[in-house]
Amino acid sequence: MSLRNIGIVYRKELIDSLRDRRTLISMIAVPLLVMPLLTIGMGALTLSMIGEAEKETPKIMILGGDDSPHVRAELQKLGDVQIVPANPDYAEEISNKQIRAAVEIPKSFEAKMAAGESSKVTIYMYEGELKSSFGADRLQRFFRQLRDRTIRERLEARQLPDSLVHPFDIQQKNVAPPEKVGGAILGGMIPYLVILLCLTGAMYPAMDLTAGEKERGTIETILCSPISRTHLVLGKFLMVLTASIVTAILAIASMAASFGAGKKILIGVTHGAADAALQLTVTGKAMASVIFVVLPLAVFFSAALLALSLFAKSFKEAQSYISPLMIVVVLPAVAALLPGVELNPVLALVPVLNTSLVSKEIISGVYHWDLIALIFLSSSVYAVLAIAIAVKLFQREDVLFRT
Amino acid sequence: MIEARNLVKRFRDKKRGAVCAVDDVSFSCRPGEIYGLLGANGAGKTTTLRMLATILAPSEGTAVVAGYDVIKDPQTVRSRVGFLSTATALYGRLSAQEMVEYFGRLHGLDEPTLRGRVDEIFTRLEMNDFRDRRCDKLSTGMKQKVSIARTLVHDPSVMIFDEPTLGLDVIAARTIALFIRECRDKGKTVVFSTHVMSEVEKLCDHIGIIDGGKLLAEGTLPELRARFGVQDLEDLFVKVVDP
Repeated sequence: MSLRNIGIVYRKELIDSLRDRRTLISMIAVPLLVMPLLTIGMGALTLSMIGEAEKETPKIMILGGDDSPHVRAELQKLGDVQIVPANPDYAEEISNKQIRAAVEIPKSFEAKMAAGESSKVTIYMYEGELKSSFGADRLQRFFRQLRDRTIRERLEARQLPDSLVHPFDIQQKNVAPPEKVGGAILGGMIPYLVILLCLTGAMYPAMDLTAGEKERGTIETILCSPISRTHLVLGKFLMVLTASIVTAILAIASMAASFGAGKKILIGVTHGAADAALQLTVTGKAMASVIFVVLPLAVFFSAALLALSLFAKSFKEAQSYISPLMIVVVLPAVAALLPGVELNPVLALVPVLNTSLVSKEIISGVYHWDLIALIFLSSSVYAVLAIAIAVKLFQREDVLFRT
Repeated sequence: MIEARNLVKRFRDKKRGAVCAVDDVSFSCRPGEIYGLLGANGAGKTTTLRMLATILAPSEGTAVVAGYDVIKDPQTVRSRVGFLSTATALYGRLSAQEMVEYFGRLHGLDEPTLRGRVDEIFTRLEMNDFRDRRCDKLSTGMKQKVSIARTLVHDPSVMIFDEPTLGLDVIAARTIALFIRECRDKGKTVVFSTHVMSEVEKLCDHIGIIDGGKLLAEGTLPELRARFGVQDLEDLFVKVVDP
């Protein structure tokens, strides 16, 4: 094994790749731009949507209730809603966003209340529509207060204590440290993005260094030099791995920076209310551990992409082989985000999914060292296998000279 | 010295099935001599030369190039051979100098020797004006010079040219022809393939006519003319290939 020869190939491929616009975009521009855009951009968009919805005075329709003038009058007096005249097409108007919600007051509502009988108020809204749910929430609040007041009045009239209808309180308390709460919500996203960028960072150099060489006719030039094909493929592999790792590290750094900035903006806008929800403290130890578990996966991706694109005759053909691979990688990475998918010794052997799950745990502060070791080991085995396949393929004339 | 001994190359083709691209080809070429492999497209010229340059491994037979066996010692063979063809392109994003230096390093030259060799070749081939220019920004003639410099950087004793003038204009083709002659004059062993009759007449000391993977006739041009009773090389070629 000549490290000198591998080094010569690596150095040349590095210079060559750094002059390739496509590689630069996938290796540097994408991780540096995607993260701030995702965190700050999406955060700002959500905030502005919520802000806009909050600013609006929702239009509310009251259906029925002509025999309940007091309730109607109280609703009319609410300053933060606008009451519009009743219309039988209320459902359509809610769907068309002409009004945000409607409330149906049943017949003899006030009379039944006075008689101590029960009745049902119905609120109509458009599920999933932010402004409609704000309108419906306002109505819910109004009627809940009215109900509480009625209960209190009835109890007082009978000289009964409040505890009669309120025998005990239920309180839910969180014992998870703040970073674990954040880890569960946001922690899943981070490994998913890092794994994806590890793959995309390696993609262009892998295609360029194999199928690209075939397309440009330089493969025969390099094959007539005395370097062994094993050294050649290892030099190329190291370059692809460099691109993959640089992309992942830039992604992590840019994510940490943009998350920090995004959090400050959110806390500023929401006057501190977002602080609790965004308690994601990613420690240096967690970052280093994520890089440690992602490393063999990056090796696996680099070697697998190199081997796969060597089969192709051209850059375009290589793209058609590799694009489906994106789905193969994205699916297990996304599966790790699903609730209920927990790391166990069997899942620790599933490539991509294992790294995604363990990274999620690490970011939320949980370290199962036995599983981390198992995942590192299994990923390393896959990585070594992929390198062996790439080296083997570089010895095959029918692959190198496939026309 | 090159000695091809019963070279055979078989491969599988999707459309044609099992194909014998080179079938029992033997010939030899001494230092200070140019051996021309003359044949139509698909005759087996490129495959033969790729086996001599150890880019492809023979299915049967072997060859001894610069004293080393192509099967037993392919890396040493490659370190003694300069291989040039229209298929051996340049790395477009490297400069002319980087390209030549890269191959010098792969041939194991140390940095002081490499610098000396590069300076000498760039001056001799008048390449100093574009030594820092990227290869993809060079004219065809300049690219040819870089390719020549690439094959010369390790001072090989054997030169193999596979249709080196294919697709070149007159001036660029002439540069290559002059270079081939210069190699012979310096005592290098030169093998080159072509389907251009005039090149064979001008350059070759020995000629091998190849068709369907078989070497059908071999000898000096006067010997072949006498044997087949034809003066014109084109007529001679047709008579050998299609008797």
